[in-house]
Amino acid sequence: MSLVAAALSLGALGALLSGLLRGRPGAGFFAGLLACAVGAGAGLDLLLRGETAGVLIPWSPPFGALAFGADPLSSFFLVCVYVVGGLSLLYARGYFPRARAGAALAWMNLLIAAMAVVVIARDAITFLVGWEVMFATSWLLVTFDDEDAEARAAGFTYLVASHAGVVLVLILFGLLARHAGSLRFDAFVAAGAPPGGLATLCFATALAGFATKAGLWPVHGWLPQAHPAAPSPVSALLSGVMIKLGIYGLLRTLTFLGPPPAAWGLALLAIGGLSALAGVLLAIAQHDLKRLLAYHSVENVGIIALGIGVGILGQATHAPAVVWAGYAGALLHTLNHGLFKGLLFQAAGAVGTNAGSRDLEKLGGLLRRMPATGALFLIGAVAISGLPPLNGFVSEWLVYLAALREGMLAAERGTAAASLVVVPLLALVGGLAAACFVKVFGVAFLGEPRTPGAAAAREAAGPMRAAMALGAVACVAIGIAPRAALRLVAGPAAALSGTAIVSADQSLAAGLRAIPLSVALLVACTLALLAARRWLLRGRAVGAAPTWDCGYVQATPRMQYTAASFASPVLDPFEGLLSVQAHREDPQGYFPSAARDERHIGDPGEALVRRVLRAIVFTLSPLRALQRGPVQLYLLYVFLALLALLLWQVPS
Amino acid sequence: MSALSGLAVQVVLLTVLPPLLPGLIGRVKSWMAGRSGPSLLQPYRDLFRLLHKGAVYSRTVTWVFVAGPAVSLAATFLAGLLLPLASSRAPLAFSGDLILFVALMGLGRFLMMAAALDTGSSFEGMAASREAAFSALAEPALLLVLTTLAVASGELSLSGILGGLGSLPAVTPARLLAAGALGAVLLAENARIPIDDPATHLELTMVHEGMILDHSGPDLAAIEYAAAMKLFVTSALLAAVIAPGLAARPPAFAAGALVVAVVVGLVESATARLRLPRVKQFLVGASALGAVALAAALFARGTP
Amino acid sequence: MSAVADLLLALLILVGLYMVSTSRLHACVRASALQGILLGLLPIALRWANGIVPLDLPVVTLAAGAIAIKAIAIPRLLVRSIREAGVRREVEPMVSLHGSILGAAVLIGLAFWLGERMVLPFPVGSKLLVPAAISNVLLGFLIVVARRKAITQVVGYLALENGVFVFGLALARQQPILVELSVLLDVLVGVFVMGIAIHHISRTFDHLDTDALASLRE
Repeated sequence: MSLVAAALSLGALGALLSGLLRGRPGAGFFAGLLACAVGAGAGLDLLLRGETAGVLIPWSPPFGALAFGADPLSSFFLVCVYVVGGLSLLYARGYFPRARAGAALAWMNLLIAAMAVVVIARDAITFLVGWEVMFATSWLLVTFDDEDAEARAAGFTYLVASHAGVVLVLILFGLLARHAGSLRFDAFVAAGAPPGGLATLCFATALAGFATKAGLWPVHGWLPQAHPAAPSPVSALLSGVMIKLGIYGLLRTLTFLGPPPAAWGLALLAIGGLSALAGVLLAIAQHDLKRLLAYHSVENVGIIALGIGVGILGQATHAPAVVWAGYAGALLHTLNHGLFKGLLFQAAGAVGTNAGSRDLEKLGGLLRRMPATGALFLIGAVAISGLPPLNGFVSEWLVYLAALREGMLAAERGTAAASLVVVPLLALVGGLAAACFVKVFGVAFLGEPRTPGAAAAREAAGPMRAAMALGAVACVAIGIAPRAALRLVAGPAAALSGTAIVSADQSLAAGLRAIPLSVALLVACTLALLAARRWLLRGRAVGAAPTWDCGYVQATPRMQYTAASFASPVLDPFEGLLSVQAHREDPQGYFPSAARDERHIGDPGEALVRRVLRAIVFTLSPLRALQRGPVQLYLLYVFLALLALLLWQVPS
Repeated sequence: MSALSGLAVQVVLLTVLPPLLPGLIGRVKSWMAGRSGPSLLQPYRDLFRLLHKGAVYSRTVTWVFVAGPAVSLAATFLAGLLLPLASSRAPLAFSGDLILFVALMGLGRFLMMAAALDTGSSFEGMAASREAAFSALAEPALLLVLTTLAVASGELSLSGILGGLGSLPAVTPARLLAAGALGAVLLAENARIPIDDPATHLELTMVHEGMILDHSGPDLAAIEYAAAMKLFVTSALLAAVIAPGLAARPPAFAAGALVVAVVVGLVESATARLRLPRVKQFLVGASALGAVALAAALFARGTP
Repeated sequence: MSAVADLLLALLILVGLYMVSTSRLHACVRASALQGILLGLLPIALRWANGIVPLDLPVVTLAAGAIAIKAIAIPRLLVRSIREAGVRREVEPMVSLHGSILGAAVLIGLAFWLGERMVLPFPVGSKLLVPAAISNVLLGFLIVVARRKAITQVVGYLALENGVFVFGLALARQQPILVELSVLLDVLVGVFVMGIAIHHISRTFDHLDTDALASLRE
């Protein structure tokens, strides 16, 4: 715990240094990096020793002492925060021009520290303070390019969404505190599970409040606006870890509520499934690289929710093997997504600055010009598609396995069917994600450059490449050593499931041994084949020619298949699920002049939220009469409120 | 049979037999069309010839173009090692390997599509896009089938599933429906008619063939070989689902796969290629069939 | 001897009433200064009433501080800003003066009623203390709400703060000097901030009516 404190103070120092020494961002950067190293180390140490630590810092009323602590769940998220945070800082070192680095690093350091505080907070007030600091700093970073109107608009949306979410979180803590008679988390636990109705109310409030932060459908609308607006290292941080703290909040709440009923799991399955599907479909429709990645965050948070949902179903049916695999899969996917999404956002940032655009239709051929960035992006792309031999496969495999096991073990057919539906759904989402990333990688990095900007692209700066390479190494490492990675989530998963670690889960262990073997064989076979190819081609004629153009003359880069064309047939079968606006003018006559076919894919979730908001505004519009303008009037409201409080409290 | 010799038999079956299947399909189609057709061994000769050729590469391509065929072949081979061809337990079998099976196919496809886009040709881009669209729909259908079989047999590894099916009645609604859906997936995964015409000559209509327009020499050999191996693996799976007694009996298993190939040849002779939008309906239909199979399996399951 | 403390507290209420009823800006500021002097003397009187040695260093410091800030510094600041901003020397009420006086009477009555109910768990030296504190808070609020000029709002805020100060004298028995000094500091900072605000309002809108701020509404 003292190491965590050291990391926090180092982070604060880093923020201070980079804020004060604007011209020399080095000091703040190194302090921040050191903070991340220390924090990640401390988290890892606590996690692997399975230790629970806590400290109480005295503070004057009204809220009393501030409580901090780290149990396995906290330690795990601490590791996530500091690992992804450190990589983002490293990347930021190469990303920001010197003049702007100071402010950005200051806020980033503060954001990382705030996230750490959220994770180790042990009472509602500390949690909320960390939560709000996290929001404020991330908001400042989202609107970092404040001369950009789009960034300001995104910031406003983020502000509103975040506050709506935090109101619900406040209500949640209010409910829990009423039940427990204290604001401390250990009191929430000690008070025992609230009675059924209250517990479900708490769960629903937590789900709604934390889902906003996590970016679950349909309250994800702010995410694809805010994350692309932020500078890329910040996008990596926001998508990589900050939204996961919504998941943390939900999991933490679950620990207060006692054994969950199956209905909660079903709710999470529904929301998670919708998020995963909506996220990936909308991602395919995007042509802005960072916006596309942001929608994939919605998808992946959905997968995490599916894992948790299956875990809850397992708890309800008393199947420890399901519970453990579900929670472990969800948690591991949380870490994995932080790693590969961080990597992808970083690569997208490198593309945006070095190739002049984030619009896929303006890129192309970048793998030749940015070989390291391109190769690392491919690793991230394969990982996020949930394909072996990388980490995304391992965590999705756990979720698959949990869903299959639950489907086979659950006595009730409805529960079994619900969890079995997760399997093809995950497959669909995985297939669509693969299609999406083939599109991104193929259009941006392969082929010929479509614009002069892309043709003149340069490789990313050293620190940026280093950060991406470290992220990729972590992705590979978890992919080839899943058993070691699972040790990270064993503690928190066991704590959540309320059972001891299922070390006796032989079939799971066998799978985790077989996966690295298969992966090793896969790599060996591939290398052998490549060697055989080289041997076969030795001494033979190897020619170079333009791409075969099927008899057409003079193919130009503009004739390459575009991202929109690639996406169109993939999205086609799902048009009923999306709100598609098509504008089409067919060519007319024998010598047609102009024709066009435009398609705008809208988000039905966003439309739903907008409708609800409009209803709320309409209902509350009579209250506008209260707002007249004179300062005195507002003071009168305060005065009347004070009088009312006095009259209400005193006579009793 | 000892584990080692089982492994050896499996590897031999998996490497030697596959090119026979496209040959067989070609022969069946020729017979149905009233021609005598090429030799059954023609695909072997084609592979042999390709392996002894040089290659021509587009000036646009990168290492991804070369990696595509290699990874695709390796992944298909590994997927084959998950099937209990030679022993009741496949060499790499583990609980949950059905996910790995599907994911390995996905990995191969991912890199093949990337390799197609690497050329910058719009024909190859178009083909890759269609492949992506079809496979995104075929993958859930395949997993629905595998889930159905897992529920029916109570096992989570392909070896366990195929073994467990043997002790169940031969004809149940779930199994029939699952076999039907798997057949549809097989046609889609292997780019056969009604989904894709492997013998087409018009680039605009190609899917699988369109993606590999620029590959030549050993790379093309790897692709053709991988395609044949995928056909063999999926055919063997379908054969084992219909007749689970085949598992762990290598000659019977191989014969089953060949029979499936003959049926594929008959289907190809009897049907025409579907229009593109119809292909998607066909695949969604396969998923629906799989879903009904799953429901049937769930209802057939005794409450534990 | 609680008579002196009672007298001071009664005067405090009356001065508050005068602030509500006067129509001249300078009178209002002067009344506020008078309240400052009364407040400075109050801690001494309360100690006397409680039977403690009335004069020692902390209390004298507190008294001197209160008088220096509330009776001298802030009124001078206000007078200067009245002069510099060229404000008309009349109070501009939103509610008529008669209405204000009536309201003030009601509020004072309410304060006494509340003071009766609000029994403090320890002796405070004077029965008038709580009513005086509450009535000053309420009257301060009334001035803030019912007057248009920014200067009067500052005066109202001061009256409100004075009420809080009196209440603090009653409650903070362990560390009175610390609490009171911090309150004094608060007031000073608050008035400074308002002074700056007044300056900006007069520069932006060319007069000191807070009406102009109404244009800022949605």
